[in-house]
Amino acid sequence: MSADNLLEMVLTVPLSKITQDYPFCKDFFLNLRILDVDWELPLEQALGKTNEEAITDFGLDKGMILRDFCQFLETFGNNSGKNVDIKSLTITGGHDKSGSGEIAQWTASVGEIISIVGPTGSGKSRLLADIECLADGDTPTGRKILVDGRRLTDNERFEMDGRLVAQLSQNMNFVMDLTVKDFLEMHAGSRFSKDVSGTIDRCFDCANELAGERFSRDTKLTQLSGGQSRALMIADTAYMSSSPIVLIDEIENAGIDRRRAISILARKEKIVFISTHDPLLALSADKRIVIKNGGVSKIIETSTEEKGCLDSIEKLDATLFRLRNSLRQGQEIKMETVKDQEN
Amino acid sequence: MKLITVAGPPSSGKTSVILKLVESMQVNVKEIGVVKFDCLTSFDNLRYEEAGIRVETGFSGKLCPDHFFVSNIESAVEWGIKSGFKILITESAGLCNRCSPYIQGILSVCVIDNLSGVNTPRKIGPMLKMADVVVVTKGDIVSQAEREVFAFNIRQVNTSARIFFVNGINGQGAFLLAKHLQDTREVTSLRDMKLRFTTPAAVCSYCTGEIRIGEEYQMGTMKKMEFK
Ligand SMILES: Nc1ncnc2c1ncn2[C@@H]1O[C@H](COP(=O)(O)OP(=O)(O)O)[C@@H](O)[C@H]1O
Ligand SMILES: [Mg+2]
Repeated sequence: MSADNLLEMVLTVPLSKITQDYPFCKDFFLNLRILDVDWELPLEQALGKTNEEAITDFGLDKGMILRDFCQFLETFGNNSGKNVDIKSLTITGGHDKSGSGEIAQWTASVGEIISIVGPTGSGKSRLLADIECLADGDTPTGRKILVDGRRLTDNERFEMDGRLVAQLSQNMNFVMDLTVKDFLEMHAGSRFSKDVSGTIDRCFDCANELAGERFSRDTKLTQLSGGQSRALMIADTAYMSSSPIVLIDEIENAGIDRRRAISILARKEKIVFISTHDPLLALSADKRIVIKNGGVSKIIETSTEEKGCLDSIEKLDATLFRLRNSLRQGQEIKMETVKDQEN
Repeated sequence: MKLITVAGPPSSGKTSVILKLVESMQVNVKEIGVVKFDCLTSFDNLRYEEAGIRVETGFSGKLCPDHFFVSNIESAVEWGIKSGFKILITESAGLCNRCSPYIQGILSVCVIDNLSGVNTPRKIGPMLKMADVVVVTKGDIVSQAEREVFAFNIRQVNTSARIFFVNGINGQGAFLLAKHLQDTREVTSLRDMKLRFTTPAAVCSYCTGEIRIGEEYQMGTMKKMEFK
């Protein structure tokens, strides 16, 4: 709807009808503490009867409320169309820490998982940061990031409002004091998900599958174990976040099914970049970027042979996991704890 | 001289954001000045001085901090111009959640942090609602999902502001913010400019020193709750 049509609607249609057609706009009135107006009137007339003081507390007058309400409807009414849609990122090389050039250009496309490997301090996080801010030759590396093969203007960069990139940070704990269910509802609501309960179910089931140890919908976010929190965050990023680019920086990965986590993220039409020292994650990727002294020195496509190693690596991993658990529980380590347990 | 007014609840990360912003602006720190408006005490001046930035601090004490801001901002700008700054940044804490003065035509930045609770954006009022730019801090401590819900709640209150996520510790995001702020308009004086909204109405007997509780001591502008 155009701005003029919106204004026309707001001026003539009773509030009860507008709130019915656009349920999200109830929040507008809640936010302004406008609660006891005559909902059968259009906004302007309804405000005529409301108490002036509540409105001026917010630094508003009635004309401003009218304008703000139209803006609110415009902003959130078209929100589903506001998702950032991209097909690829192209990274034009800059220079390493000594000023020598790096690989000139490479591209990552939707559906791809790209791992980033290299010693600590080599510049893995820097590459992720360049992607996050869509570097334009203006970061220490001199890299340029093109979206769908094109340089974005500064204004386009600002307009992303942080919606282009989702980040799973090293610190993976929730701080909100909500149950899993309330939280997922809130997040789905903010995404204007058309099928809120379906999205929540998928997200919840996926998180439980990744976590191993099950949790319920009524569990408080803050009571989830580390593994459960991470599993829920990954499921949430896959099913609810609209950002087409996912950046993962050396995530603490105990307690989740990593290979599944990665494949779930990639299935959702995203580009996933993951900086890691974990062989299982690195080889689950389609290709890996090798960083040396601040620059991209090599790009390796994961070979069939490497993919073939994943099962063995997973077994090694399971063995280490068992060992760690035995130690934690005060057990003594036996030869069979270390042996590969085929079954 | 460019003037940028930064406001935000106490401890939301205003000083850290300003310091990271200055670092990203790629200008000589000698050409930047900061005026810190606070209530009782402040140690932020030390952090600015450490970064080589000149800072003046003013304490509102027993006065309304917003009234204090308005009555001093013009002189602050004069000081900035006299000192030869290219950029003057004011930092003030929004103490009653209702306001923190923004001036029409002067770039206003509101800093809030992810840890303050999901519904906080909806409670802050004009300080958030009337800002041109909203900076969200402490995003590294919460999950992506929480950041998204938080940003959505900001959008609900302020549909038109640009939202930036800035990490006050490593400065991530400050660079984009600096780019956005570099086109801020030049000012030579604030004379006759207007606030974006009124500061709290006051002048009751308690403003003028009354300390006794009771109907008979209350005069001037009063507001009574209704208990049902
Ligand atoms: N090409 C480069 N030019 C200059 N500095 C760089 C470059 N790449 C990385 N750095 C800097 O090197 C430091 C370490 O990099 P970082 O990305 O944290 O390493 P890692 O994540 O691999 O441990 C950071 O301060 C980063 O900004
Ligand atoms: Mg790193």
